[in-house]
Amino acid sequence: MTGDHQTLALVLFGVFVAVTLAITTYVSRNRHGSAEEFYAGGRLFSPMENGFAIAGDYMSAASFLGISGLIALYGYDGMLYSVGFLVAWLVVLFLVAELVRNCGRFTLADVVAARMRERPVRIAAGTSSVTVSVLYLVAQMVGAGSLVALLLGGTSEAAQAWTVIGVGALMVIYVSWGGMRATTWIQIVKAVLLMAGAIALTVLVLTRFHGDFDQLLRTAADRSGHGGQFLAPGLKYGGDWTARFDFISLGLALVLGTAGLPHILSRFYTVPTARAARRSVVWSIGLIGSFYLMTIVLGFGAAAVVGTDAVRGSNAAGNTAVPLLALDLGGGADSTGGTVLFAVVAAVAFATILAVVAGITLASSASVAHDLYASLRRKHAKQRSEVAVARVAAAGIGAVAIGLGLVARDLNVAFLVGLAFAVAASANLPVLLYSLFWRRFTTRGAVWSVYGGLLPALLLVALSPVVSGSAGALFPGVDFQYFPLENPGLVSIPLGFLAGWLGTITSPDSADEAKHAETEVRSLTGAGAA
Amino acid sequence: MEKHDGRDAGQIRTGDLKDPWYDELASGWGELDGTGTPTTPAVPAPAVAPERSVCAADIYLEVQASAAFQEVRRRYRRFVIPGVVAFFTWYVAYVVTATAAPGLMARPVSGAVNVAMVAGLAQFATTFLLTWAYARHARLRRDRAALDLRWAFFEQKREQELKRRAER
Repeated sequence: MTGDHQTLALVLFGVFVAVTLAITTYVSRNRHGSAEEFYAGGRLFSPMENGFAIAGDYMSAASFLGISGLIALYGYDGMLYSVGFLVAWLVVLFLVAELVRNCGRFTLADVVAARMRERPVRIAAGTSSVTVSVLYLVAQMVGAGSLVALLLGGTSEAAQAWTVIGVGALMVIYVSWGGMRATTWIQIVKAVLLMAGAIALTVLVLTRFHGDFDQLLRTAADRSGHGGQFLAPGLKYGGDWTARFDFISLGLALVLGTAGLPHILSRFYTVPTARAARRSVVWSIGLIGSFYLMTIVLGFGAAAVVGTDAVRGSNAAGNTAVPLLALDLGGGADSTGGTVLFAVVAAVAFATILAVVAGITLASSASVAHDLYASLRRKHAKQRSEVAVARVAAAGIGAVAIGLGLVARDLNVAFLVGLAFAVAASANLPVLLYSLFWRRFTTRGAVWSVYGGLLPALLLVALSPVVSGSAGALFPGVDFQYFPLENPGLVSIPLGFLAGWLGTITSPDSADEAKHAETEVRSLTGAGAA
Repeated sequence: MEKHDGRDAGQIRTGDLKDPWYDELASGWGELDGTGTPTTPAVPAPAVAPERSVCAADIYLEVQASAAFQEVRRRYRRFVIPGVVAFFTWYVAYVVTATAAPGLMARPVSGAVNVAMVAGLAQFATTFLLTWAYARHARLRRDRAALDLRWAFFEQKREQELKRRAER
């Protein structure tokens, strides 16, 4: 890597930071400091704006760098991520988006707590939301770190650490100054940049192969060193049955996790009505679907143009496949075109990370302030405004994510996201679906289903080969691996649903009919929605 | 787009505090029990909150029992349940086939494109198709009825409040 790339990329990235800071300042110029304003941006975004923002929130560095990298390394098996990430949106569209918009105000816990005794339910749902957000944040931080390692041409650990810290600090500024309004605009800007970058690269890849997708696949298979196997499933997850169950587990987590992600749910509150929420999901499915189609081209393109070995040589987890592809497509390491394209892609990826990080931080600070703090504080403690608490929480969550991001540096970004999805699908989705659709669901059922999904998911991850007992583990030196799968979804998602059911049928008190009527009427008609 | 679009959004967008939905917002939904602190300073909780929400509960029960509401709910479920079952089965079948029968998935279709690639792209296609179908169904079969119910709910609520005010 020459100095040119780095300088140009850093300049472009600096421009993005400047623009987003300007946006933050601009939109927060006459802030009222109300919770409505801070968490939901005044609920005044249009479906198209929100659709772009949702897409911006969702198309993380994990998608752009991680999925393309996995496809470049393992071929078809990487595509599972693309498919799962997209199909998941049908769950959101069919079962969640409109109903959640009608039933809640700021967080997932609002929807559940409306039918139940508030305190225990809020604490449970708040805890699981924060857990999911922190896991997801760590993935983004790792992405930022590995991007910088590539940008600065070496594995200077200090540089990586400072990047992660810098990203964390910036996001805290965005979130605590600008709230949802600034965060949304940053997502929109980022979504446009990311789509433009992906389209440009896809067009270049396809031009390189004269628009012949077949030729692209064949070259990718040849240069991967795996031949025809590269285009069929089984390279990564094909070995023994453990690997195969891991694949199924991951597939389930991806498709069911999206609807439980707090930062996605909170986006539906930024539009005025359920209709607008639905239309924003339609927008985002269009954007996200075309984006993932492009990541497939980019992944196979990286294998065909750069070569699988070169990708693996740069970053063992494949996170740098797309920047390397850009360098090559522009004309190689020493050409102007290569330098510019590489810099643009690196800056876009960085912007992506920053924006996603801001979105998740906002959602988790809402969970901390609106759910946890409000439920846990002592009755006579000095009253602080909830928004002030949320601002402090943003800083705290930023610190935690930075710390964990530094520890988990060597894990694949897409894999880490898969983990966050598994926890979201186990802890958040069952309670959400039960409260929206099950008449007899009770407080105990709600609490059990959250903890019954959350704890097994976390425990199984702790006992999995990711944490110990294998070469690539977080703690390779020790071995307390008792659970064979890397992704806990296959076990923990059914457990979450089972626990909710058990809690409800063993519950001494029955469900409140009137509150259920309220939830049902509100969710489908929007009568009395915030 | 349908005719009630502007009214739907405009009603909320005005942000007028006399707006019925803003009024409703203060009725205790999502507020914290026991703490008594309104989470939104902009919309102070009314002093009569408990009494009011009891009455609102009656209206909700009444609306829930009404034929119009049950029709909306039936339409929603009749589309969503088969839809979810269909795409979820199709997705799980895809994932399980990819793991259990890689040989089948590797069978070439044309050139380098194999069954796996076709199935993956078909997942994209069905997702787009179902999104379109759902949005269309909701727009044509549900939106109008749901909006009418919402207004009916609001009218009832308004009436109830007027009555109570008159009694005082």
